[in-house]
Amino acid sequence: MSDEEDDIILSELDDDELVEQMFDDLYDGMKDEIVEGVNILLERGWQPYDILTKALVGGMTVVGNDFRDGILFVPEVLLAANAMKGGMGILKPLLAETGAPTIGKMVIGTVKGDIHDIGKNLVAMMMEGAGFEVIDLGINNPVENYIDKAAAEKADIIGMSALLTTTMPYMKVVIDTMKEQGIRDDYVVLVGGAPLNEEFGKAIGADAYCRDAAVAVETAKSLMARRHNQAGMA
Amino acid sequence: MVPEAERLLVIACGALAREIIAIRDASGLSHIDLTCLPAILHNHPDRITGAVEDAVQKHKGSHARIFVAYADCGTGGQLRTACDRLGVEMIDGPHCYAFYEGLTQFAERDDATSFYLTDFLVRQFDAFVWKPLGLDRHPELRDMYFGNYRSLVYQAQTDDPELDVRARICADRLGLRYERRLTGYGDLGAALRDWVRD
Repeated sequence: MSDEEDDIILSELDDDELVEQMFDDLYDGMKDEIVEGVNILLERGWQPYDILTKALVGGMTVVGNDFRDGILFVPEVLLAANAMKGGMGILKPLLAETGAPTIGKMVIGTVKGDIHDIGKNLVAMMMEGAGFEVIDLGINNPVENYIDKAAAEKADIIGMSALLTTTMPYMKVVIDTMKEQGIRDDYVVLVGGAPLNEEFGKAIGADAYCRDAAVAVETAKSLMARRHNQAGMA
Repeated sequence: MVPEAERLLVIACGALAREIIAIRDASGLSHIDLTCLPAILHNHPDRITGAVEDAVQKHKGSHARIFVAYADCGTGGQLRTACDRLGVEMIDGPHCYAFYEGLTQFAERDDATSFYLTDFLVRQFDAFVWKPLGLDRHPELRDMYFGNYRSLVYQAQTDDPELDVRARICADRLGLRYERRLTGYGDLGAALRDWVRD
């Protein structure tokens, strides 16, 4: 950002200007400024849910679009995510207190043999931002972690991530185990990771392959809406 | 001199160029020509299959046979599918770390927490690791990338003390324990020689 913006005093901006500035600060990965902006909006009486959706998710959507379009790259997205995490840290407990709407519940983790979690963490954060409750299983998850936690939490969605060609076939192990146990259709199964593609997602029996975090959110929303509609018709 | 129509062509990842030339020269395979794709594709596996396909199409009329010196390299099986369709052979295994160590041995180790460097990647650490990950500009991101790793394993193709020192420095920079394994060229030499014999 330009030097002149060093002089911006966030508390002196009106609400619209502040949200716009927070978009810029997210884009630039400025965590301290995001935390400050969130606190200012809370002091002004904004609901945590509105701050989350209008300021943080709105800003991250711009970041996500520019990543998809090749304008931003992984380091910048990570910095932006880190800034958003700072804001989420303040909002999460408040969202729980205020009973913000929840679209659905997701259990997500990186599959067995794989320790890569950058993509998974981005998806988890954006899903939370979109109103999903997310239970993060972390890395290197065997099949029982997904199945047991999804059952215990009465989750709607199981999300699996893999970065390696050698670990992505494990997603099929999880789905096949779900089929064997007769629980496959109890969950929406989303898969993602750099070496995956749509064809692979179909071949292993996932509901969808998600290219990036933004696609994961939109896909999850759409499949949840479809499930609700089907439940309503049943 | 073998006429071009009888010569063999290896289309290789640029990160393997030095090693393939060494194997070729040591094995008396002077009828093999080598052309390389940019090694930086290593950082963009989604671009590898298309680049290899283009290169095979470009050269298929000029050589008797073509070998693709790539393993899967993060293409999720797409490179194998493309090579099968084009009727060219490629290297078995997930990536160069596996074939340098030996596919069986690498699989048996089943070590997910090691980050691997080869001779090439030690030489090019800044250009292929540090800068593309933005660590030159944002060193605070290091643990987001490498926090789940425990070791940096330097798979040495050559016994070079200077590269050993440099690799150890790379490990320090990434905050990882250092291990060196002298692998030589692993399965790469056998893959090339077997292909030539076929």
